[in-house]
Amino acid sequence: MALKHKPLTFKLAVTALAMFGFGFALVPLYDVFCDLTGLNGKTAATAASADAALIDTSREVVIEFIARPNKEMPWVFKPEVRRMTVHPGEIHIMNYLAENPTGRMIVGQAVPSVSPGQAALYFHKIECFCFTQQQLAGGKNMLMPLQFYVDPALPSQFSTITLSYTLYDVTSAWTGDTAASSQLGE
Amino acid sequence: MSAVVTDHEHEHHDHKPSGIKRWLYTTNHKDIGTMYLVFALIMFFIGGAMAMVIRAELFQPGMQFVEPNFFNQMTTVHGLIMVFGAVMPAFTGLANWMIPMMIGAPDMALPRMNNWSFWILPFAFLILLMSLFMPGGGPSFGWTFYAPLSTTYSGDSTALFVFSVHIMGISSIMGAINVIVTIFNLRAPGMTWMKMPLFVWTWLITAFLLIMVMPVLAGVVTMVLTDKYFGTSFFDAAGGGDPVLFQHIFWFFGHPEVYIMILPAFGIVSSIVPTFARKPLFGYASMVYATSSIALLSFLVWAHHMFTTGMPVAGALFFMYCTMLIAVPTGVKVFNWVATMWRGAMTFEVPMMFALAFIVLFTIGGFSGLMLAITPADFQYHDTYFVVAHFHYVLVTGAVFSIIAAAYYWLPKWTGHMYDEKLGQWHFWCSLISVNMLFFPMHFVGLAGMPRRIPDYALQFADFNAFISIGGFLFGASQLIFVAVLVKCARGGEKATAQVWEGAEGLEWEVPSPAPYHTFETPPVIK
Repeated sequence: MALKHKPLTFKLAVTALAMFGFGFALVPLYDVFCDLTGLNGKTAATAASADAALIDTSREVVIEFIARPNKEMPWVFKPEVRRMTVHPGEIHIMNYLAENPTGRMIVGQAVPSVSPGQAALYFHKIECFCFTQQQLAGGKNMLMPLQFYVDPALPSQFSTITLSYTLYDVTSAWTGDTAASSQLGE
Repeated sequence: MSAVVTDHEHEHHDHKPSGIKRWLYTTNHKDIGTMYLVFALIMFFIGGAMAMVIRAELFQPGMQFVEPNFFNQMTTVHGLIMVFGAVMPAFTGLANWMIPMMIGAPDMALPRMNNWSFWILPFAFLILLMSLFMPGGGPSFGWTFYAPLSTTYSGDSTALFVFSVHIMGISSIMGAINVIVTIFNLRAPGMTWMKMPLFVWTWLITAFLLIMVMPVLAGVVTMVLTDKYFGTSFFDAAGGGDPVLFQHIFWFFGHPEVYIMILPAFGIVSSIVPTFARKPLFGYASMVYATSSIALLSFLVWAHHMFTTGMPVAGALFFMYCTMLIAVPTGVKVFNWVATMWRGAMTFEVPMMFALAFIVLFTIGGFSGLMLAITPADFQYHDTYFVVAHFHYVLVTGAVFSIIAAAYYWLPKWTGHMYDEKLGQWHFWCSLISVNMLFFPMHFVGLAGMPRRIPDYALQFADFNAFISIGGFLFGASQLIFVAVLVKCARGGEKATAQVWEGAEGLEWEVPSPAPYHTFETPPVIK
């Protein structure tokens, strides 16, 4: 190619390569954006601190619990109660029942979602089975606890928060490494 | 020794290899332009045949001819072929033919790369089309290949789909780099930025859009590939990914992509209207700025394809207002075309007819786009035939009509013969009537709730769909007239003058018709 075309061609090719990288950079950027804004109903993947905020007894918020195993997940998976009424700031424990009806050990990973999405920032989990992968031998069952509170700063237009868990079978990807597995809860 | 060298150079200068080798080895922008255009025409008919299958199945309610899975493959591959195989290569072909002649350059800046960017394209589409014959069939997840349809629920043809999109993307990026380098480095002395023809301007901006977004498309198909075959979880919630992320990345590419398919059309219409109105283009500078602002805004509107994913109000409002803002520069353009014609000495040859139809029908498509931009209304229109009507008005009566107009406009320059005006007028009127029979009623069935991409429909849509299908068959048949015109014109006809059209201005009209194999080896002087 003529010498005078080289610098511009090179710059344009580098731009194209950089945009290829940018496509992949959108993946973490998207997560960061969702974490910061709470859009998309993503809740924090790590535990909130337990120092109880002021309890706002003048206000009641209804929490609805939805739990369903993914199509390929054979576990029975359901919350102990479908809904509960709480005061913002109060710490509550909610147990989820998991039962493995098959004859083999299965590892599950629950992925949470909060609706309406804007309320996700105000729903704090102190402890959750969704932070790590859960393993359950065949024929066994267990109670999986979730400890949470609703932030008293929850904007007043929200009177109901729905917490939904989808449980996935991640046995094939399971390494037994808890440090790695807690990453998966993001 | 020196004699041999001279001989060798002489050969390269005037001769071209004969037969297939001429086309395989060519680095001549006119040859490559011709190949792109012929390739696009073939793809237009292959993609069109798939549309005929779709319309045949939808002629009556119930399942008549094809299996639902095959129907889905038809909608998917029809979309992919028309976008990446017909419209984009046709514009690249026009760019190859016309840009060097319009700016007074001897050829494209990177002729060998030009050969490559064309010749990998047939293989991309061969791979895509062959995947239709695999067990389980070709891609059937829609041309937008949303995850998890393309990851969890797709067949093994997905790998072929991904590779073919990679090749198309590389071809487009190389073509775009070539266009930019040509325009930056090879303009004739005196051809300043604001003297460039608008077709060159719109293509320059399109080429930048291509370089910005085609790599993002390559990235997202790569993620689909690794999610499906290599255990990554970009879009899989079980592994911490998010299927909605797919839509964000895809439409970050997808929205600029629709401007890639329409900006060169604006350039074509801005060339044709002044010629047949015999007046200079009204508002040249505002056209350049309008095109640039459309290109910039195209990066800020992608989520208007995703209003129903459950976006917060702030996001929906942002994307809604940005989308509506695009109507302003687009309105400037339509105003300028109309003002160019105002009190012009107009004649109505075929290129002008298609350009006029473009202005009216593209504006209708723009208006339905504005309706779709209104977030609450979009919840009703989303994924219905209203959307199908919208994007076919902007892509068929928009992009495709502009390409046909360009073909008629420059055909005498390419072949040296005038096309058959009478046959061309038949082509125009048959296309105009049938295309509106085909797409206009889709607005009504869409508003009434008929979903897109479904092989069957509720009984109350039966009459409309029969009518739409008849329009579809007629539109398909009308394009055979186009082929007849092209063949007839290539073979012979009334000799064309260098200027061809009485009102035509620009460097491409100063070289003889047909344009010699090499033009502007010494740069022309621009007054």
